[in-house]
Amino acid sequence: MQKNGPVALLFHTLVVSFVLAPLVVICLVAFTPENTLSIPTTSFSLRWFRAIFEHPDFVASFVNSLWLATLAATLSVAISVPAALAIDRYDFPGRNALNALFLSPLIIPHLVLGVAFLRLFALIGATGSFAWLVACHVVVITPYVLRLVMASFTGLDRSAEQAAMTLGASHWTVFQRVTAPMILPGITGGWLLAFINSFDELTMSIFVTSPQTVTLPVRMYMYATESIDPMMAAVSALMIALTAAAMLVLDRAFGLDKILVGQK
Amino acid sequence: MSVGRSAATPFWLVGPGGLLFLGLIVLPLVLTVILSFHVYDHTTGIKNEFTLAHYAAVFSDDYYLGIFWRTLRLAALTTLICAVIGAPEAYILSRMRDPWRSVFLLVIIGPLLVSVVVRAFGWSMLLGSTGLVNQTLQALGFDSVRLLYTETAIVIALVHVMLPFMVIPVWTALQKLDPMVEAAAWSLGASHFTALRRVVLPQVSLGMLSGSLIVFGLSASAFAIPGLLGGRRLKMAATLVYDEYMHELNWPLGATIAIIVLAANLVIMLAYNRVIETRARKALG
Repeated sequence: MQKNGPVALLFHTLVVSFVLAPLVVICLVAFTPENTLSIPTTSFSLRWFRAIFEHPDFVASFVNSLWLATLAATLSVAISVPAALAIDRYDFPGRNALNALFLSPLIIPHLVLGVAFLRLFALIGATGSFAWLVACHVVVITPYVLRLVMASFTGLDRSAEQAAMTLGASHWTVFQRVTAPMILPGITGGWLLAFINSFDELTMSIFVTSPQTVTLPVRMYMYATESIDPMMAAVSALMIALTAAAMLVLDRAFGLDKILVGQK
Repeated sequence: MSVGRSAATPFWLVGPGGLLFLGLIVLPLVLTVILSFHVYDHTTGIKNEFTLAHYAAVFSDDYYLGIFWRTLRLAALTTLICAVIGAPEAYILSRMRDPWRSVFLLVIIGPLLVSVVVRAFGWSMLLGSTGLVNQTLQALGFDSVRLLYTETAIVIALVHVMLPFMVIPVWTALQKLDPMVEAAAWSLGASHFTALRRVVLPQVSLGMLSGSLIVFGLSASAFAIPGLLGGRRLKMAATLVYDEYMHELNWPLGATIAIIVLAANLVIMLAYNRVIETRARKALG
């Protein structure tokens, strides 16, 4: 095994500092007691975290985003598992086209999807509907779920299923008692990844949210274009903490490198 | 192989998802293409007549061409910088030992999961007129520079957001390379540089190609970064579409620009795929 030389390590340190700098600065500024965006040196304060709760619109958006991401991720799993099963195990006309269609949100810019959803909703009178917003998010996050679920179907040892079948189990029993437990890690990983992606989504959502359904990233974007105060830093710090927690769970359970590297 | 009882089983399984995607991908896109041909009138709104005027306007007006040119230029610059930083970083990571290797891989690709708004906001604090970068410059005796709301700020933040997309494919490519091959090159008398160029680089370049494809596509359609770090005047394609929709209310024109962004994206993807396929075929001999 070769080692990295001093130049390589210096380069690495610079890259890591570059990657972490904005996140660290946010987390520091969030604790400032001042009214300006300054890094606290002598005293720390939680006033800007308290300030969030004096903005009911931020709290409402946070709750809204939580519901949205939970519903969208769950529905996406409900669609992806049977779809992955069909694409992995059956040969049927249109199989490749469907597979490409399911993965297409990865190639189509979210901006274009947002514009397209807005046009559809304007025509069918669905603008501002929470249910349709959920449906949009399902479409955008399904590729991530589908990939992980497909990967666990492909890596599955079929002999256990065949054994159960030979012993007289019905198709449904085999799926429920043998197949499902084996693909469970893929499903859980997919759900979490979908949840995070939905919770963070901005570019598509900004076109299709109405004042009642504004998600947290959209609210933050609107707020940041108008004014910048340490409260934004406090909200951002909370989001970083939430993401870090989800990342730890993902990493412990499946290895984050596997999930993210497997994803494009 | 098949466990199904009838030919209809797969259709029942993919049916719900397939219908959802047909209804929410294919249909809205078709509607948007149609919308881009609709006549728009500033007093009466969208009319039920069709025209090519929006496409003609976008391709002949210097204002739009300037924004497209900036979008392409900044996306290309971001891709280049990501390749120059990301590929060596992936190589360095691959030569680390555990646990450092997994820790730093997490550090580099983990920010991918943090909302883009949060990261853009972090950079606007760092690059602002009283931000940390300017404070450091002043402390070192330099004049403060205007960074926020410049193209430089956009590129810095874009590189930050896109870097994982370059590191991941290069890392994946390097995982397939047996480190002993590099060692073999040395023992056969190759210098470190020659070994890097003739053994590691060919393996890495495929990863860099697919990384560049993703980085370029995502940068060219980035919204939050130019929106928060470019200000109101420095627009890129995505912020332009947003303005046409939300401020000018000229939906057909906005749709036209969105369709152009989509078409450009698809053309670049196909071209890249062609290149990658040809190279892979050559590599197989």
